[in-house]
Amino acid sequence: MEDQKQKEEFFPKIVGYLCNWCTYAAADLAGSSKMELSPSLNVIRVMCSSRVDYNLVLTTFFGGADGILIAGCHPGDCHYDKGNYYARRRYALLKSILETLKLDPERLQLSWISASEGKRYVDVVNEFTERIKKLGPNPINRNAYY
Amino acid sequence: MDYLLRVEKSAEHGLIDFLKFLLENDRIGGVFTLRKTGADGAFDYGLIHDTALLEDAIPLHPFMPVNAAQDLSHFASMKKPIAVVIRPCELRAFIELVKRSQGSMDHFLMISYTCGGVFPFDVAVSGEPEKELPDYWESVARGQIFPKTRETCRACEHFVPMNADVTVSLIGETVNEVCIFCIHTEKAMHLAEGFESKRIEAELESPAIETLRRERQEEKKKLFENTVIRVNGLDGMIDMFGKCIGCHGCSRVCPICHCILCDFESHLFDYEPSMIEDELYRKGGVRLPTDTVLYHIGRLNHMSFSCVGCGMCTEVCPAGIPVAAIFMRTGEETAQLFDYLPGRDVEEEVPVTVYKEEELSTIGED
Ligand code: SF4
Ligand code: SF4
Repeated sequence: MEDQKQKEEFFPKIVGYLCNWCTYAAADLAGSSKMELSPSLNVIRVMCSSRVDYNLVLTTFFGGADGILIAGCHPGDCHYDKGNYYARRRYALLKSILETLKLDPERLQLSWISASEGKRYVDVVNEFTERIKKLGPNPINRNAYY
Repeated sequence: MDYLLRVEKSAEHGLIDFLKFLLENDRIGGVFTLRKTGADGAFDYGLIHDTALLEDAIPLHPFMPVNAAQDLSHFASMKKPIAVVIRPCELRAFIELVKRSQGSMDHFLMISYTCGGVFPFDVAVSGEPEKELPDYWESVARGQIFPKTRETCRACEHFVPMNADVTVSLIGETVNEVCIFCIHTEKAMHLAEGFESKRIEAELESPAIETLRRERQEEKKKLFENTVIRVNGLDGMIDMFGKCIGCHGCSRVCPICHCILCDFESHLFDYEPSMIEDELYRKGGVRLPTDTVLYHIGRLNHMSFSCVGCGMCTEVCPAGIPVAAIFMRTGEETAQLFDYLPGRDVEEEVPVTVYKEEELSTIGED
């Protein structure tokens, strides 16, 4: 009963690392077009999705974020030519490690969202928020032994 | 171009003769090998120029005081070539370092051997490791796993050297009677010219090697299954690394962890009192030292695909954490992701430094 109530009240805290040149602009577009968006995402602007190294993701995760979204330009469209290809490899690597260790890999997502895809931005954030809601809070937040 | 040379002496003597031949004929400037040091059975790695010092060389003994790869990067460009006698995993680790501009293969004559594994430190420093040797060589001759070797050695399937100039054949051989060299490269062929030996028609690969490979693969499967059961989810990780004292000994001895300033020893991971206070109230309690789990996941990200499974990290861990098994297991997954095998080929680039446009195409579509 108590648990049920807690679940209902749970509102996820998600950190989004958004590429300045595309997804950040998409977020702007979504805002200026007055699209409805879940307020769960705490946006951090980065100059490229490849700026997001594993330390950023890990400190965010172990710092208690319920979900982490990395978003950047579609492959082939990187402002710096190839940053997102590196980001993609790093993401695959980190995801594989989280999977092997069974450390909630579902809390991490990478999405390509271009500057013109305001609608896609809204969908991604809303869907990711729903997924994290189902997963519940990051257990690290209640673990005094970490 | 592989061909075999046979010398009617024990493997160790045959090899020491070869090293002496190279030194006496001025073909190399020195030898890097394991040697006895002091009277109480201690051993270390050393560089030898004076042939009289080869007396103390024990190039084939199953000890690994350090993974030699980082040592090699310290003298990777001397004037004359150095003959190096190291294990297959040390050679693979060195290849990984070469890819990271920490050395070059040019100045070395790489001598390695089909490897029966090494003793853990407690056996190796017991003062009488010699007692174990007859049984050790017996199982090497039979192509069997010697139970008293390191956990990771028992599970290592890459015991036939990759990228050696010369391989000494040990698995399946009666090592106290015969020494068989496999010459792989032109460099080795030139250096070995005139060395007294008999060329034989045979191959390095043998039924004993096949048997051992199968045994080791079985053992690896078991080790990995066991590791996965133990490191399961956040609670599992906290259980496993809850014992970690944060000494970072595991990365200090890791041949791949060559960074002079490790992220995890930088101020990046210093906690302000206010951050600890924040966690204290949020979680009700905080563990100190902080971030021991994060450190390991960070290190896995940084180097797991290059882990050669040498087992050094497990050896030095004061808390008895099977670090190497976890890194081998996770590293196998991360390496496979990019079709990568650490130490296989100097030309194969470190996976996170390159990309292919047409790969991982489902990522990012969510
Ligand atoms: S050697 Fe052991 S105790 Fe030290 S940092 Fe590594 S895992 Fe932790
Ligand atoms: S992580 Fe451990 S087993 Fe792997 S290369 Fe480093 S020291 Fe060797």
